[in-house]
Amino acid sequence: MIENMFPNVSWDRILEATNETLYMTAISVAVTFILGIALGLLLFLTSKGNIWENRMINGIISAFVNIFRSIPFIILIVLLIPFTMFIMQTMIGENAALPALIIGSAPFYARMVEIGLREIDKGVIEAARSMGAKTSTIIWKVLLPESMPALISGITVTAIALVGYTAMAGVIGAGGLGNLAYLEGFQRNRNDVTLVATIVVLLIVFIIQFIGDLITSKLDKR
Amino acid sequence: MITLSNVSKIFKSGLKAKDSIVAVDDISLTIDEGEIFGVIGYSGAGKSTLIRMLNGLETPSSGSVVVAGKEVSKIKGSSLRKARHEISMIFQHFNLLWSRTVRENIAFPLEITGLPKEERRQRVNELIKLVGLEGREDAYPSQLSGGQKQRVGIARALANNPKVLLCDEATSALDPQTTDSILELLVDINKRLGLTIVLITHEMHVIRKICNRVAVMEAGKVVEIGPVLNVFKNPEQPITKRFVQQVTEPEETKETVEHLLDRFPDGEVIQLTFVGESAENPLITQLIRNFKLDVNIVQGKISQTRDGSYGTLFIHIDGPAEEIDHALEFIKQQQVGVEVISND
Repeated sequence: MIENMFPNVSWDRILEATNETLYMTAISVAVTFILGIALGLLLFLTSKGNIWENRMINGIISAFVNIFRSIPFIILIVLLIPFTMFIMQTMIGENAALPALIIGSAPFYARMVEIGLREIDKGVIEAARSMGAKTSTIIWKVLLPESMPALISGITVTAIALVGYTAMAGVIGAGGLGNLAYLEGFQRNRNDVTLVATIVVLLIVFIIQFIGDLITSKLDKR
Repeated sequence: MITLSNVSKIFKSGLKAKDSIVAVDDISLTIDEGEIFGVIGYSGAGKSTLIRMLNGLETPSSGSVVVAGKEVSKIKGSSLRKARHEISMIFQHFNLLWSRTVRENIAFPLEITGLPKEERRQRVNELIKLVGLEGREDAYPSQLSGGQKQRVGIARALANNPKVLLCDEATSALDPQTTDSILELLVDINKRLGLTIVLITHEMHVIRKICNRVAVMEAGKVVEIGPVLNVFKNPEQPITKRFVQQVTEPEETKETVEHLLDRFPDGEVIQLTFVGESAENPLITQLIRNFKLDVNIVQGKISQTRDGSYGTLFIHIDGPAEEIDHALEFIKQQQVGVEVISND
């Protein structure tokens, strides 16, 4: 029955493409999470009235974040070709997409981290300081745990955006479901392939959202 | 235990001198070991800034702050952090970590000082018992009432056996009953552990209830300072009088007295102030027995301070003018404050 509905779909190819998409998403989400938190922390800590208040560093990071957040992703991939060639030695395949995916999403996530950190009650930070806590203790035991629900819901949104980015990266040769939908589906006019690829992408997005919401509600004790 | 010498704090908000705000203006005072010292003032008087200089959360623009033998205003980095283990603080809004349970919140300062896990567990159990939170160990702050949250705050502040406890409007967010139970806990801790307590508040009730000495702050300056009972007896500054009235006179007193002055054109309305033992003498009985006067009690209130009671009584007396003068003379001899309230 299914063969009749989707005559042109090769399920092996779908599975392979799904794996490629999941691989690109997983690696880039993991790196974005760490990089984004690091950047977000720096943005927060160097802002006015905070522990490492420093106008210059804050201005530089802020400008960097704003620039990379504003470049449309498809253009960013093209702009980053020399950089990708330099570190990955290739422009084809899933790994070649990673630098662009990470550089495109980490600044976006960093802003969300900063917003999450700003929502922490200033009094709690003051209380930790009054107890004689070091800055590293404040980061690990106050800032991160107290903003964790915001950090998780932020990375959920970012992960979903990343699934979309992998599809765009697919169009210019990175593999994955986007690549499949474009080359097999669009260019050969096989609409059933495009449809199946879309449904799989939707499933991935729903699952990410579900897991994100679940973790956020488990963590939030407010 | 605490010595402030010529401490000032100026916040600069702009480049020009007129843009800067003098939060604390040349304050010098000493607080003894084991004392409960209160600072009272309206918001903006500089008391928050003052208490934050005692643990180095603010650094004074000039002057020196010495707490438990360490010059807090000078030291920085790890020696300041170490000093803060001996000067802990509780807050108006409790400032607990919502992501941690009661037990974990209390353990937090012990994690900072690096106490081994097993000792930490024991110490937390002791503290939970001390502040009366048995059975709530695994609750999150969002599941606690205001009073319980402040108890966690107190337990957390006591974790590292501090020498000084700073209370930043610690009861201002609590209802009157809870306020009293927290104040009792503070007195208990002060007695049991010999802890020096500095508290800031805008409620005279708090000062009356637990403080030994009080400083009244206005516009960055200490305008009056002394033992609580003395300040109640002889408030000198207008602001101090207002604070004393908060607890000694019911709010409607002024209207009642004015109404009385209208109703009784004859005789005098008199305000009597009793302090310490005099508050317990049967003055009115003696007045009626010894003088040919009609005595009418209008309104009265007795407040208990830590070092004795303090009361005010409004009476209306009527009779021959000469007899009234004699009576006033007699009252003064009984070491009772007398003020004739006239209609103006």
